Order: sequence, then C-alpha cells, then structure tokens
Amino acid sequence: MAEFKEISPNASAGEKLLNWVDNRFPASKMYKEHLSEYYAPKNFNFFYFFGSLAMLVLVIQIVTGIFLVMHYKPDAALAFASVEYIMRDVPWGWLIRYMHSTGASAFFIVVYMHMFRGLIYGSYRQPRELVWVFGCAIFLALMAEAFMGYLLPWGQMSYWGAQVIVNLFAAVPFIGPDLALLIRGDYVVGDATLNRFFSFHVIAVPLVLLGLVVAHIIALHEVGSNNPDGVEIKGPNAPKDANGHPLDGVPFHPYYTVHDILGVSGFLLVFSAVIFFAPEFGGYFLEYNNFIPADPLKTPLHIAPVWYFTPFYSMLRAITSEMMYVLIACVLAGAYFGAVKTNLPKIVKAGVVGAAVFVSLLMLSIDAKFWGVVVMGGAVVILFFLPWLDNCAVKSIRYRPDWHKYLYAVFVVNFLILGYLGVQPPSAIGERVSQVGSLFYFGFFLLMPIWSRIGETKPVPDRVTFTPH
Amino acid sequence: MSDTPVDTSKRTWLIASTCAGAVGGAAVAVPFVSTFQPSERAKAAGAAVEVDISALKPGEKMTVEWRGKPVWIVKRTPEQLESLNKTESQLADPETDRKAYPNPAYAKNQHRSIKPEIFVAVGICTHLGCSPSDKFQTGAQPSLPDDWLGGFLCPCHGSTFDIAGRVFKNKPAPDNLEIPPHMYLTDTKLLIGEDKKA
Repeated sequence: MAEFKEISPNASAGEKLLNWVDNRFPASKMYKEHLSEYYAPKNFNFFYFFGSLAMLVLVIQIVTGIFLVMHYKPDAALAFASVEYIMRDVPWGWLIRYMHSTGASAFFIVVYMHMFRGLIYGSYRQPRELVWVFGCAIFLALMAEAFMGYLLPWGQMSYWGAQVIVNLFAAVPFIGPDLALLIRGDYVVGDATLNRFFSFHVIAVPLVLLGLVVAHIIALHEVGSNNPDGVEIKGPNAPKDANGHPLDGVPFHPYYTVHDILGVSGFLLVFSAVIFFAPEFGGYFLEYNNFIPADPLKTPLHIAPVWYFTPFYSMLRAITSEMMYVLIACVLAGAYFGAVKTNLPKIVKAGVVGAAVFVSLLMLSIDAKFWGVVVMGGAVVILFFLPWLDNCAVKSIRYRPDWHKYLYAVFVVNFLILGYLGVQPPSAIGERVSQVGSLFYFGFFLLMPIWSRIGETKPVPDRVTFTPH
Repeated sequence: MSDTPVDTSKRTWLIASTCAGAVGGAAVAVPFVSTFQPSERAKAAGAAVEVDISALKPGEKMTVEWRGKPVWIVKRTPEQLESLNKTESQLADPETDRKAYPNPAYAKNQHRSIKPEIFVAVGICTHLGCSPSDKFQTGAQPSLPDDWLGGFLCPCHGSTFDIAGRVFKNKPAPDNLEIPPHMYLTDTKLLIGEDKKA
C-alpha cells in the first residue's frame, strides 16, 4: 500500500479532494503513467494516427450500438422491419444507424492501416510481441463482432452470409455437422441463430474486445511505443535527460493528445462525408441485396461478404481439389527442405518427414472444402506468429534492404487484389489469380524466416530521425 | 519466496480441492452449452409437406419449404434428361456413391429421382449451404462453361450441378445435391419428408 499523504491545510479544495482520492485510488499515478509521463517517440508519422482512431471508432460503435438496441428487435419476424423503422420513423435514427454501419467499415480501414504500420516498422519485434499478439486477438474478435452484427438487419446478405460462414464449421471432419447445429441452434439459420448472434454481438464479444484493448494498451505502455526508425528510446543506452526521461520522447499528453486531435478531425471529415453523402458506399459498406428481407428459399444471384472479409474469402474460394495437389507439393517440398538442407538432428528430420506425409494423406482424404476453411482461418492465425517469423537484423523498413520494400509493396497489392476478387462473382481467371495470391500470402509469412535474413541492412542511427518543426 | 518447507498434506488437500472445484466448474458449463442446441420446438418443426405438382410444366421448377430448407421440384424435358448422358464424364460422383448427404435408394440412378422427369432435391449447395440458381438455358454464359447443357450454378463459390443435381468435377462442392425422402401419394401429389419405408 502506498504511503498515506497528508496535505497542507491551506491547500485549495480541489487539491484536497485529489489528495483524498489519491490516498484511496491511484488516480494521479495512472494519469502520470499513461498520459502526462508516458513518453512516446517524437518522430511519429501519419501512420501513428490509427491507434487512437481505432479507439475513437470503438467508442462510436459502442455508443451508437447502445442507441440502436433501444429500437431494434432481435426476432426473425420483426428484425428487418425494425431496422427500417429506425431508418424511417425514429427521429435521427437513420443517422445513428449509418454511423454504426459506416463505423464498422471505418473500424476495419483504421485497423488494417494500424496493422500495416506495425508490419512495416517492425512494431511486433522484441519486446513488443505481446502487444502484437493482443492486437491480432482484437482483430479476430473484431471479425467475429462484424460477422455477427451483419446478421442482425436480417436482409438477404445477412442471411446467406451467415449460412455460408456457419457451414464453414460443418466442414470440420467428424464433429462438423453437430458443431454447425450448435452454432445455429436450428437446422437452418433462423430465429434462434439471430437471437444468439444478437446476444454475442451486443454483450459477449464487446466485453472480450474491451478486455483485449486494455491488455493491448497495458502491454504497450509497459514496453513503450516503437517508431518509424525502430530505435528504442527507452533502452539502457538511449540518451536521457537529467530526470531519466528519454531525449527522443515527448509526454503523450499534451503532445500526442493534441497531435491526435488533428487525426481525429481528418477522420471525422471523411467519416461524416461518407455518412451524409454515401452511407452505402456504392454497395460496399451496405450491400444492395441486404435491403431485401431474408428469404431462406432463394440465394441472391451474386453473394459476397462485406469488403473487409473479402481477401480471406478469396483464399477460401481458391482452395479447389486441383489446388490441393499444389498444396501437397508445397508440404512435401517443405519437408524435403527440412530433411536435406538443414542441420537438424536425425530424429527431428524423421518427425518432419513423417508429419508431412501424414498431412499429405489427410489432404488427399479430406475434402478441399475443409482445407479451404483451414486456409482462411490460417491466413488470420499466421499473423499471431509474425514476431517469431521475422529474422531481419533491423526492425524498421527504413533500414531494411531496398528489395524488402518492393516485397512489402507486392504483399499489399496482392492483399488488395485478393480483396477485389472476393467481391467479384466466381470466374476461372479469378480463381487462378486468387490461387497464386493465396500462395504468395502464405509464402510471404512462411518463408519469412529465410528471406528476412537475406540482403544487406542499412546502419540504424542511435537517435530517431526528427527535425523540429 | 519463503524458505518455509512445503507442507505436503496441505498441498495435497489444495490440489484435491482445486480439482474438485474444476470438475464442478466444468459441470456448470454443461447446462450453458446445452442451451445452444436446437430447442424442442425447433426439433418438432419438420413435418412432411404435401405438394400438388399437376400445374408444373416441362422445363419448370417449383420450390417448397421443408424443414426451413428450399426443396426443388423440376419437371425435366426429354432434352434435359438426354443431357445427363453427356455430362457423365465431367462429374465428380456420377453414381452418387458418396454417403455424406442423404440419397435414398430410389434416387440412386442416373436421373436421381423416382420418375425420370420429376426431380426432387434439397436446393442447398453441399459446399457451404447457399441455394444454387437455375441455369436451365444452354450455351455459354457468365460463370459457366461454353458447352453448358443446363443445370444449376451456386452463386457463392461457383459450384455447378447438372440437371440431376450432380456436381461437376473440380468445384468447391464435394457432393451431389441432397435428395429428401419423398413419395407419390397420387400421380400428381408428392409428399416430401417421408417415404414408404418410414
């Protein structure tokens, strides 16, 4: 327990109150640790807006969500009409609803930018592995939250989207069909499914999400923020002032709180423009087919998930029975490499080869459908392992070999192409491209332990690159 | 950490009570997880559906709801039945030998139906549960091969089925469409959901 502090009887009432609180709750201590004396590198650039923006969008989603629940009815017979009721009859209901629906897309834009920032500046490297892992868990929870929320308007896309994703679980061998039944609570997506998704979307997942956000920030403030140079400003050799504060850092408050207000203003400009002028965003934020009530007897002619899921959806579609042979070849090639080109002990090599043969046999005997699900899930799960895949001597892209920059550019373009193909109807050429794209996506990560070592890195400066302005 | 030696009897009881607590906690999860199962009401809904097909003309399809799923009834033209011979070589499972989806014995034939012209199937793709759309028109069209002979296309992932609901090779869907149990009450009255064995 902290020492009980007495305060001068001449102190002002405000100071006395704060002292009373501080003796019972670490208010000033937390304020100092997380705001006024949390030193962040002074060379943050544009990409560093997105962390605080993600927080802002989370607040927008929670507040608008609370108000939507006041009017929404989670009942298969009433849900669609209740959303239209919010849109037409509830005063300003349309604004709250569009804020929430646009907020969902904005959340993913902001989070993808935030993740890209982490990727290029090596913000996941030691000692920030857990910051990254918590972040990936947030991304996963966000995907679950968005998916379940999308069922609630009970339109055609809601219904058939949920039908497809729940059926993904049915592809798991042996337990799959029962698992899908347990998720739906009925033999088809129906009232029971809508009700439980409502419960998850409104209570369960947001609680998990909030807990993870707290863990993400606690972990970040423990190790301190990375920066575009990947230089540790709080390390034992980093320059510090007389008080032990890093010379390359500035207190989060007031410097970055004010800085982030600029980001918030810019974000709100764009966000408002979308809400007021293009809330459906050409069918990308709110799909046109979702303005038709759910019809269990008829799938819309063109069905695609909302844009933020489409890169992963493309990878799901890419796994055909033909593609399985390519994947088996990749597994066996990996095993060959492990057995012939490395210096592992014999017993480990035998294990690698045995595992590869076993996996290949499984790949031959279980449907491509299941492996499509594995690939889609793996595309997200692999992100968790990024801190242990990257072996480059430097953190930031700024000091990596030039060709790394091109590789990251190709990775981003590939991800965008996969996303584009995911909104398109299936086609032969699209299938081929998404197969190549999926291989590249996984190759980028799985071969990272090798390629990240290759090439000559540039010298990393001792101090961050910063010009006062 | 203190240097006090471990009190083994205390530790044994701690382990035992922790285990008992864990078992109790796990047992409490049972009723909670059980609520995820289909309710008694959901299980009860699933009665057989009677359908009058007298108005169905050759080349037409009607859809009825059975257990919340679309059931298609297609009256096939002679040309469509003829196309089944030509598609045979391009199918993943022409004889419907796989057992993943119900396929009653009376539908284990080329036309997959009791009467050759009347095709009854659950209109849910065996890939991920979308409802395929009718592509009865032959010839080249978007998302379909140029020598298309008529059948069904799943809009979600592009699986194609011939006019007997048999899936084409190298498509995401692994199985032919499910055939529900059904029987003829009269020549033009179908009962979907029950057959003579039941």
